[in-house]
Amino acid sequence: MLRGTPFHERTAPLCEGQNWRRWAGYLSASSYELVNDREYFAIRGASALIDVSPLYKYLIRGTDAERFLNRVLTRDVAKCDVHQVMYGPWCDETGKVIDDGTLQRLGEDSFRLTAAEPNLRWLADNAGGLRVTIEDDTDSTAALALQGPTSREILKSLSDADLDNLKYFRLAFARIRDIPVTITRTGYTGDLGYEIWVEARQAVPLWDALIDGGEPYGITPAGILALDMARVEAGLILIGVDYVPANRALIESRKSSPFELGLGWTVKLEKDHFVGRQALLDEWRGGPTWGFKGLEIDWNSLQKVYSEFGLPPELPQMTWRTSVPVYSGGKQVGYATSGCWSPTLKKYIALAHLQSNSAERGTRVEMEVTVEHQRKKAAARVVELPFFDPERKRS
Amino acid sequence: MGQNTRYDAVIIGGGHNGLITAAYLARAGKRAVVLERRHLVGGSAVTEEIFPGFKFSALSYVVSLLRPDVIRDLQLARHGLELLPLESTITPLPNGDYLMRGADHDETRRELYRHSPKDAEAYDDFGKLMYHLAFAMKHILDVVPPNPTSMRPRDLMGLLRFGRHFLDLPPEQFYALCKLMTMSAADFLDEWFETEPLKATMSASGIIGTFLGVRSPGTAYVLLHHYMGEIDGVFRAWGFAKGGTGAVSEAIASAARELGAEIRTEASVEQVIVKNGKAVGVALESGEEIHGRVVVTGVDPKLTFLKLVEPQHLPSDFLDAIRRFKIRGSSGKVNLALGELPNLTCLPGKGPHLRGAISISPSLDYMERAYDDAKYGNFSRHPYMDIIIPSMIDPGMAPPGKHVMSIFCQWAPFELNGGWNDEQREAFGDAVVNTISEFAPNLKNAIIHRHVVTPWDMQETYGLTQGNIFHGELSLHQLFFMRPTHPWANYRTPLKNLYQCGSGTHPGGGITGASGRLAALEILKDW
Ligand SMILES: Cc1cc2nc3c(=O)[nH]c(=O)nc-3n(C[C@H](O)[C@H](O)[C@H](O)COP(=O)(O)OP(=O)(O)OC[C@H]3O[C@@H](n4cnc5c(N)ncnc54)[C@H](O)[C@@H]3O)c2cc1C
Repeated sequence: MLRGTPFHERTAPLCEGQNWRRWAGYLSASSYELVNDREYFAIRGASALIDVSPLYKYLIRGTDAERFLNRVLTRDVAKCDVHQVMYGPWCDETGKVIDDGTLQRLGEDSFRLTAAEPNLRWLADNAGGLRVTIEDDTDSTAALALQGPTSREILKSLSDADLDNLKYFRLAFARIRDIPVTITRTGYTGDLGYEIWVEARQAVPLWDALIDGGEPYGITPAGILALDMARVEAGLILIGVDYVPANRALIESRKSSPFELGLGWTVKLEKDHFVGRQALLDEWRGGPTWGFKGLEIDWNSLQKVYSEFGLPPELPQMTWRTSVPVYSGGKQVGYATSGCWSPTLKKYIALAHLQSNSAERGTRVEMEVTVEHQRKKAAARVVELPFFDPERKRS
Repeated sequence: MGQNTRYDAVIIGGGHNGLITAAYLARAGKRAVVLERRHLVGGSAVTEEIFPGFKFSALSYVVSLLRPDVIRDLQLARHGLELLPLESTITPLPNGDYLMRGADHDETRRELYRHSPKDAEAYDDFGKLMYHLAFAMKHILDVVPPNPTSMRPRDLMGLLRFGRHFLDLPPEQFYALCKLMTMSAADFLDEWFETEPLKATMSASGIIGTFLGVRSPGTAYVLLHHYMGEIDGVFRAWGFAKGGTGAVSEAIASAARELGAEIRTEASVEQVIVKNGKAVGVALESGEEIHGRVVVTGVDPKLTFLKLVEPQHLPSDFLDAIRRFKIRGSSGKVNLALGELPNLTCLPGKGPHLRGAISISPSLDYMERAYDDAKYGNFSRHPYMDIIIPSMIDPGMAPPGKHVMSIFCQWAPFELNGGWNDEQREAFGDAVVNTISEFAPNLKNAIIHRHVVTPWDMQETYGLTQGNIFHGELSLHQLFFMRPTHPWANYRTPLKNLYQCGSGTHPGGGITGASGRLAALEILKDW
C-alpha cells in the first residue's frame, strides 16, 4: 500500500471521488470535490490548502553548510540572508538539471532544501571533506501550502508571526495556535501564498487549526489538479513533465540545462566554482540552443480548426502533460510539455521547449491539436513567462 | 521407422534447444527427427508429476531470456505458452527482518531506504547503468559469434559490429563494463551498495551454474544477464511458465510437430555414425540406426565429443579443448509437496511476497561460506537458495489448498567427498530443509513429499555431464566465440555434417532458445 501523508486522516474523508494519484510514493489527492473548479478558484480568489508533504526535504547543517550548498546549487548561497528562501536548480557536471527546489536559510549554518526527487546520495557524494551533515527529514516534516489572496489574513488571525513584514521569499518561525511552525512566503501557484512546515506529529492539529480559522476567509482544500493549472499560469516547471532529471535521462537529448528551462537567471556564473559551472559557462558563451517559453494559442485559429468539424473549440478540462509538437513554417521547432485552459486569463496556454531561433517573444508558431482523431495545427504566439503575475504575489 | 529411414536432420536430445532446431528446420521444409533418451521431452525444462497431484518444474523453474524471436516465429502463444510474472524477491534475515524488492518502484525504494537511504538512490543509478550496458550487450544474444582470428568477410563484419557497440559506449559505461568483465560480483556490488542482503542477493546471479563464489573474479559479468531479462521484460520473456517449465518445451514440441518434425522419446543415442569423414546418422542403444544428411547434437559438448563420437574422427587439439572445458556441477534442486504454505517468521501469513522469489542470501559472508564448503568437496551446510512457490502463481500446480515449492541451491559439488549416494542425497535434502526452517519454522511439518536432485542425479537421470546446469559453466572464458571452444563457436564442429545446438554453445545456458534457433539458421546457410 502507498502511504498517506501525515494529513491523511483529515484528507481521506474529504476525497469525495477517491480520486488519488501518487506523488513520491505517497497518496496525494487529485481533487477533493467531484468537480475541481472550485479548488482552482480558491487559489485565485480566496485560499486553497494544499498538502505538499511528499516533497523531499533535507536539513543541511554545519559550519560548511553554506560552502557546500554553494558547491551544488547554481544560485549564490552566500547572498542568501538568514530567514531568506531561494529557488533554483542543481546540475550535473555537464550542466544539465538534476532537480529544482527551494532553499530555506533557517540560521547561519542551517538550511532546508526541498527536492522533487530523492537526492540524498547525490548531495552526500558532493559533501566530501566538508563539515556538514545532511539529514533527510522528508517523513518527519509535513508541509501545507496555503495559497490565495486571503491567505495572509488567515495566517494573521491564527499566528503570532509578523506577516505584514514577511516579504516574498522570506521565512518566519512562528506558532499557529500553539503549534510551532516555519512559515515561508513561497508557493507553486504564482499567487500570494505561504508554505507551512511542521513536525509530522503536529500535522493533524495544524490542519484543523487552519480549516477552522480559515473558514471565514473561504479556505478550501485543493488537490493536485488545481495546483497544476495554477503553476502553468505561473510558468513554473514540473520535473518529470517539463524536463527529465539529468540523472534519469537515458539519452543525452532528454537532458536540459537551466538556460534551456528558462532558469538562466538562477545561474550565477560569477561564483568561482559549482557543479556544472564550466559546462554552463561554455553554453552561456555560445548561447543556449533551446528556450523555454509560454505559448498562447490563438483563439480564432483554434475556432477555425474545430469549425471544420462543426464543433466549437473543446478545451482541456485539466492540465495535459504530454509532449505536443510545435511547428514553424511547416518544420517542427519544439514541443509543448504542459498546457491548460486558463480560467483566469480565458486563454489556452502551454509551456514549450523551442529552438532558440523560434523562441523570441512574439514569434508565430503552430501547435498540434487533435480534433476528431485528426492532427491539426492551431496558430500560437510565443510569450514570456509567467502568463499570470498578480501584484499581490510580492506585495 | 525402419532401419534405413533417411532424414534431412537427426537431432540428438529433446531439450528445448533441440526441439527449436527441429522446428526451424522443419519450417524450412527439412525432414527433421528429434531423438530423446527419456520418456518426455524438455531435458532440463520439464514438468513432472513426481508425486500424485503435485507438478514439479523438476529442474529449471523460471524462464529467463526466452528469445522473443522464437516465441513469435514458432507462434508459441498459439501452442499454449503463457508466461506469468514473478513479481518480487524477498530475502529473509536471521535477525527477523527482511529485504523485499518488488515490481513497484516507490515501494521498493521505500523498502531499500529502510535499510540504507543511500542504497535506495544508488539502486536507481545502478539500474540505469546496467540498463545501458545490457542494452549494448543484449544484441549479442541473437547473433552468431564471429571468429575474431578469421579474415572471412562475414567474421570481420560481425567483429566490427560487435566492437562498435563497445566503442560507442560513453566512457563511464565502457569502464563499468571493463570492471564487470574482471571483478567479482561482490567487489563490484561493494562499490555501489552497503546493504548486505541486497548485495548478497544480487551477487547470486553471478555464481549460478558456476563453481565459483561471489568473491571470485569474473563473476560480476553475469549480473548483466539479469538486466537483459529486464529489458526483454516488456515481451514477458522473463517469468514463470503456466504449467511449469515443461510447458515451454511442450509448446515448442507442439509447434515442431505441426511444422512436420518428428519427435521420438525413449530413443537414446549411443553413437554418431561417421562415414568418409562425415556424420551420416546415429545408432540408438536399441541398435536401430537412423540416418540423416546432417546430425545435430543438443546434448552437452563433453557428452557429444567425448562419448557419442569416436575420438579418431576428431582432431586431438579439439578434443583437448573439450576435455578442458569446465563443466563442474555445483547446484542441487529440492522440490517439495506441501500441505500448507511456509510461514515466514519475518513476514507471516499468505502475502504477495509468496508469489515471488524467496532468496536465502542474507550476506556476502553467508554466500562465501556456502562456497567454502564446496571448495573442499562438501555441500553447503547453509546453502544459498532461490525458492519459488509455483502453486502461488499457477494454482494448477498442486491440488487445491496444497502447494509445491521449488528450491534451487548452491553449492552441491558433483565431486562430493566420498561420492553421492542415497544417504548423502538425503543429508543434502536435510541441510536445505533445515536452513529454510530457520526462516519458516512450519516448513518441516508441512512437507508431504520431498524430491532431491543432486548433481549426480542430473547426470544420471537428465543427461547433464557432471550435473552442470548450463552444459558448461558461464564464465567469461567460456562465452561468446569461445563457447564451447574456439573456433567452433558457430554451431559447426570439426566433423563435417555434425552441428551443435545445445546450451554448450553461444549464448549459453538458460531457457533462451537462442542456441537452438541460431544453430538452425547456420545449418540452413550450409544446406
Ligand atoms: C537444476 C536446474 C535449474 C535451472 N534453472 C533454470 C532457470 O530457472 N531458468 C533458466 O532459464 N534456466 C535454468 N536452468 C538451465 C536451463 O534449464 C538449461 O540451460 C536448458 O534447459 C538447457 O536446454 P538444452 O536444450 O540446451 O539442453 P537440455 O535441456 O539439457 O536437453 C538435452 C536433452 O538431451 C537428452 N539426452 C541426453 N543424452 C542423450 C542421449 N544419449 N540420447 C538422446 N537424448 C539424450 C536429455 O535427456 C535432454 O532432454 C536450470 C538447469 C538446471 C539443471
